[in-house]
Amino acid sequence: MKLLTTVAGMFSTLLIVISSGAGILAHAADLTEQARLEMVRNIEQDVRETSLELNKSELDPRVMKALSRVPRHEFVPADEKQNAYENRPLPIGHGQTISQPYIVAVMTDMLNLEPDSRVLELGTGSGYQAAILGELAGKVYTIEIVEPLGMQAKERLQRLGYDNVTTKVGDGYYGWEEHAPFDAIIVTAAASHIPPPLIKQLKPGGRMVIPVGSRFMMQQLLVVDKREDNKIVSKQVMPVVFVPVTGKH
Amino acid sequence: MRKHQRPPYLSIALISGAALAYEVLLMRLFSIIQWHHFSYMIIGLALLGYGFSGAIISVFQGWLLQRFTLVFLGSLLLFGLTSVAGFMAAQAMPFNAELILWDYHQVIYLLIIFLLLSLPFFFAASAICLAFMQYRQQVSRIYGWDLAGAGLGSLVVIGLLFVAFPQNALITVGAAGLVSLLVASVELGVKQYRSVSLILLVSTMVLSLLAVNLELNMSPYKSLPQTLRVDGTEVVEQDSSPFGLISIIDSRIVPFRHAPGLSLASTAEPLPQLGIFTDGDNMTVITKAAEDKSQLVYLDQLTSALPYHLADPASVLIVGAGGGTDILQALYHSNNNKTSAAIDAVELNPQLIEIVGSRYSKFNGDLFQHPGVQVYAGDVRGFLTQNQKKYDLIQISLMDAFNASASGLYALNEDYLYTIEALKHYLNHIVPGGILSLTRWIKMPPRDTLKLFATAVEALRQMGVENPSEGLILIRSWQTSTLLVKNGAFSSENIKNIREFSDERSFDVDFAAGFPLAEESYNQMAKPWFQEGTAALLSDKQDQYLDQYKFNLHPAIDDRPYFHHYTKWSSLPEMFKLRDRGGMSLIEWGYVVLVMTLIVAAVLSVILIALPLLALPRSSDKAKAAISKTRVILYFLAIGIAFLFMEIAFMQKFILFLHHPLYSFAVTLAAFLVFAGIGSYLSANMAHYYSRRNLLLGSVAGILLFGVSYIFLLDSLFIWISDTPILLKILLTVVLVAPLALLMGMPFPLALSSLADHAEALVPWAWGINGCASVISASLATLLAIHFGFSTVIMLALALYAGIVFVFPVPPRAVTS
Repeated sequence: MKLLTTVAGMFSTLLIVISSGAGILAHAADLTEQARLEMVRNIEQDVRETSLELNKSELDPRVMKALSRVPRHEFVPADEKQNAYENRPLPIGHGQTISQPYIVAVMTDMLNLEPDSRVLELGTGSGYQAAILGELAGKVYTIEIVEPLGMQAKERLQRLGYDNVTTKVGDGYYGWEEHAPFDAIIVTAAASHIPPPLIKQLKPGGRMVIPVGSRFMMQQLLVVDKREDNKIVSKQVMPVVFVPVTGKH
Repeated sequence: MRKHQRPPYLSIALISGAALAYEVLLMRLFSIIQWHHFSYMIIGLALLGYGFSGAIISVFQGWLLQRFTLVFLGSLLLFGLTSVAGFMAAQAMPFNAELILWDYHQVIYLLIIFLLLSLPFFFAASAICLAFMQYRQQVSRIYGWDLAGAGLGSLVVIGLLFVAFPQNALITVGAAGLVSLLVASVELGVKQYRSVSLILLVSTMVLSLLAVNLELNMSPYKSLPQTLRVDGTEVVEQDSSPFGLISIIDSRIVPFRHAPGLSLASTAEPLPQLGIFTDGDNMTVITKAAEDKSQLVYLDQLTSALPYHLADPASVLIVGAGGGTDILQALYHSNNNKTSAAIDAVELNPQLIEIVGSRYSKFNGDLFQHPGVQVYAGDVRGFLTQNQKKYDLIQISLMDAFNASASGLYALNEDYLYTIEALKHYLNHIVPGGILSLTRWIKMPPRDTLKLFATAVEALRQMGVENPSEGLILIRSWQTSTLLVKNGAFSSENIKNIREFSDERSFDVDFAAGFPLAEESYNQMAKPWFQEGTAALLSDKQDQYLDQYKFNLHPAIDDRPYFHHYTKWSSLPEMFKLRDRGGMSLIEWGYVVLVMTLIVAAVLSVILIALPLLALPRSSDKAKAAISKTRVILYFLAIGIAFLFMEIAFMQKFILFLHHPLYSFAVTLAAFLVFAGIGSYLSANMAHYYSRRNLLLGSVAGILLFGVSYIFLLDSLFIWISDTPILLKILLTVVLVAPLALLMGMPFPLALSSLADHAEALVPWAWGINGCASVISASLATLLAIHFGFSTVIMLALALYAGIVFVFPVPPRAVTS
């Protein structure tokens, strides 16, 4: 009898410990999920309050859904995890940053991705943007020039199950010939000009988005459209609604 | 006690010189590891160490004076050690300027940094202040040696920066602290030789240990450290001068492909390049010698290539030779057109000329030795003033006045390249029919391109051109804009060529008089701001447009040379509100930092001035003859502000004479300090013959006389004797500064010695007030100059000098001083 009660006692203790442990973990996961949803809500609020230059008062719902699914906290270093869902850029080491979520949302929205889109990204960084692209597009190809960063991002994306994202380490100036042409290209790596090979690898009707400015302070978004007739038109979009002249003119 | 012995003049001069050298070096060092604007703020606030020393000594004066020798020597020693150790600790702080509006922890790091850096100033100032109190009768002479030492220190540090890397120069400054300790122990007649030798030995060892471990730690977010993370990059050479730290980088796996503003329609690729970084940023390149002319075709696909399609310039002036890209572009076109152009290039940094012109001449195919090319060291306005040549084309491409050089001590953003007078100057050196070409990066929303356009319009109008619109062209890629200003009117043939050039390269023509603008731009924006802006700036609605534009587009002038100042206070609330919705880059950091520095300095000064009051003796019956504390505050605040106002404003004024920013800084600052020191010393001698009050009245009268006449006469004088050789100009500068500085050196010591005689407990307090005032003064002067110009700053200073006469801190009853 004593044995039975002991075993029963141990068993129930174990049960309690396991369930509370699970409860704690679930709670933690809950918290990150909550933080993520809050982040998405903040972005939507920002867009609504200040409808962008592109004449929108909300971004593509698919983009917002992607932002609510990708676990951003997996893409930032341990000492920044508590800030993962703040609406601000974060340093990720190697002198690089992960962009402010609001900017990521705006840039991704501008790419006009479809479920069968082929996207090229130059400047994998943490891999967060690539993951977002992976949620939305058919195939994502991303290149990072700094080896340790690229390897880290590759491992991370694989671990999180982004099978449609292919990473490589190397020089992105010549794009990724073997997978060209691309419906969309996003260039977050710094360069003094737009590499002509990238323009060549853009499909007619395709779009390139390039953030211009420093790592923590983006100045403008350059949107390069290749028309069906191969004509190249660029648009300079400010990510902020700021009209430089007051009143009518 | 020691009141009749000779004060330790030499060690005071030494420590004062070392402190100034430390200040200049900090500016240089922080511009390398961080960015210039924050260096300005950090160092500006670190100087509060002077104010802090006054506060501490006020409170503990009795205790400190009893141990004068120990404390004096101790301060010198601590200066030596903290100048190096403090910097190393400050450098270790993970401060990242750009994060400051995102992450409030940065403010804490900033505070710690400035505290660490203020320590050496604290110790140097304490030593001097204690000397004032210990040798009460010699206050004026001590101050004279203090100032003179500082003046010589400024010259020595500039010279030092030519031969040593700044971090090594810092060790020298630390060592100077130790040397001053040695000198002081001799001057003070210290008998404990063994103790002093031991201390010197140990501290030298400590300093050497620090020196071995001292390496510069650049912020990981600067372009140089970022570039070095790419595989296969390495620093092949580094060189340093007061103009900056130059780093040459070779990238073997992923080549540099620097071609700013390259057309979107271009298929050309740049040639292999070596990267040149100045202070870890501002990359430019040295281009490998082309084997075939066709390899240079990418140079024809930049907006800056436009002038070569309108004419075949026989003589070209390139402003800012840099790595030689513009020279290469000029040569390419001159070869294409089969003319052999004579190309003059001016470059401010002589080390860069040596690197590009000889050390790497094999790499770039002897570019600077090309028969048609002549490279000159110096700044462009001085160059044009010295020689009377006229050019078919003056090309100024992606250039900004470089202010993080050693001459950036009080400088924030002054730029004499783009003032109205500057444009007129360039246009006066262009032959009829010739062109001035100005290329700049495009900022969104438009700022400097439109401001430059407004400046050109105004310059043309002031030169008597009736229809400025006929001589202006503005084209733009998404990245760069090129403004052409012609000495004459653009012909319809010109317009046709411009149209062709732009269409081929997908550039937009935003302004060309009588030219129907394209319906659809190649590079679009939410609104055609460049088209609208240029049209408005030429219309009679110009003032209204300038009013309505949310950035300041009023042209800069030499008296107010702040081309890069765009902020309007009325727009700040909106920009601040938008900062985390993509609006960060709207905020002009230089200006914000300046205002923040001023506010923080003011707040801290109030604390530092008020706190000692709790410890100072209150006015009592016994002290009826004591000096009113209100007078002391007003007088020393006024003097502290006025002195630096004059110094800073005249340093800028003399740039218009000497032109070269480094020479004018070095000569004017040294002259001001040395002659003020002489004046201070003389006031001690003259106090035997005249009362202090009369001396004050006399010196103020002299200051007002010289000050007012200089405001009105200097500009014309500069123009009249503009083409004299540089050495004569330097001599003349010294002659002009000397009398003014001499007189300016008197009011402070006269008042301080009055305090030393009648209310010695107030001496350190007054010293502290003066220290705080200097800090406030520097940023206040710049702020006022940005909005009202340097002449206004001088006038305010003169008004303050006139005012101090009424608050001269002497006892109320007539007392023989």
